[in-house]
Amino acid sequence: MSTKQPIGLPTYFAVFAALLVLTGLTVWVAFQDFGVYNNVIALGIAVIKSTLVVLFFMHVIHSTPLTKLILVTAVFFFLILVAFVYADVWTRDMLNLPGRPPLIGG
Amino acid sequence: MSDSTGATTRLAHWYRSYEEQTESVTLGIWLFLVTEVMFFGGLFMAYTLYRSLNPEAFAAASHHLSIFLGTVNTAVLIGSSFTVVMAVWSAERGKQKSLVFWLGATIVLGLAFLGIKANEYAHKWHEGLVPGPDFVFHDTREGVHAAADPNRARMFFHLYFGMTGLHALHMIIGIGVFLTLMVNAIRGKYTRQWHDPIPVAGLYWHFVDLVWIFLFPLLYLIGRH
Repeated sequence: MSTKQPIGLPTYFAVFAALLVLTGLTVWVAFQDFGVYNNVIALGIAVIKSTLVVLFFMHVIHSTPLTKLILVTAVFFFLILVAFVYADVWTRDMLNLPGRPPLIGG
Repeated sequence: MSDSTGATTRLAHWYRSYEEQTESVTLGIWLFLVTEVMFFGGLFMAYTLYRSLNPEAFAAASHHLSIFLGTVNTAVLIGSSFTVVMAVWSAERGKQKSLVFWLGATIVLGLAFLGIKANEYAHKWHEGLVPGPDFVFHDTREGVHAAADPNRARMFFHLYFGMTGLHALHMIIGIGVFLTLMVNAIRGKYTRQWHDPIPVAGLYWHFVDLVWIFLFPLLYLIGRH
């Protein structure tokens, strides 16, 4: 990073505190019953925490456009992996082929 | 290396300025981190897929993990990311003593994380939850009518040890890197003008923290209420 770092100590302390608070929040949520939203909230908090780390601790908010492009590329290719695997697995039983055991189990 | 005046320079001759050199090495570590995203990404993909196919067995298996130890370790790792940020901040201002202190603090927190993790592993070993010939699984959840299938629960522990083990390996490598940085910092190798290894190693450490930020809710928290 450049020696003229625009992120100051107050920002670092604030991000550190926010990460700890969000950790406490996600543990609290784990013991509540929000139905299917439990998973959504847990992953949502993880995404918020990782965004804070990437933007401020990893200085991406002030990085060069090329660094930002590389980061977006990584996320994009991971999402391709997830999307195509689920597209395969979730549509496998649609044809109702005889003799195939059910995919979903206990 | 020495420049024409004989003074030590850390600027490679093919760069026009330190800024350009820093930009280049930063790009390099980010490219490495992209490969790491796909490395861990495959495991995360496998985990979420098996979890969605075996929700009951995975919920039962995750009840054997300690939320308390997982939470403490999350706080320890977030704390270590903060000490890394402080080390980078010190290096940028040429504060050598402060740099050595924050590098040391990072190593201590990294070792604390591994210590707690080792404790958790030892517990799993004694409970017979390590996948292998001695694997035994009991559904310990209360108010459950149909106990979870041990063979499907075994898959959870395969993924648990695979993912946390790979993460712990990254921690061990990171601690080695930070020990090297600390020795060099004590020797006064890093100056206000040149200290690229500090933020580069820092980016790696933050990435390892990011992996844990997703591992913690996925392994410990989901399906626990």
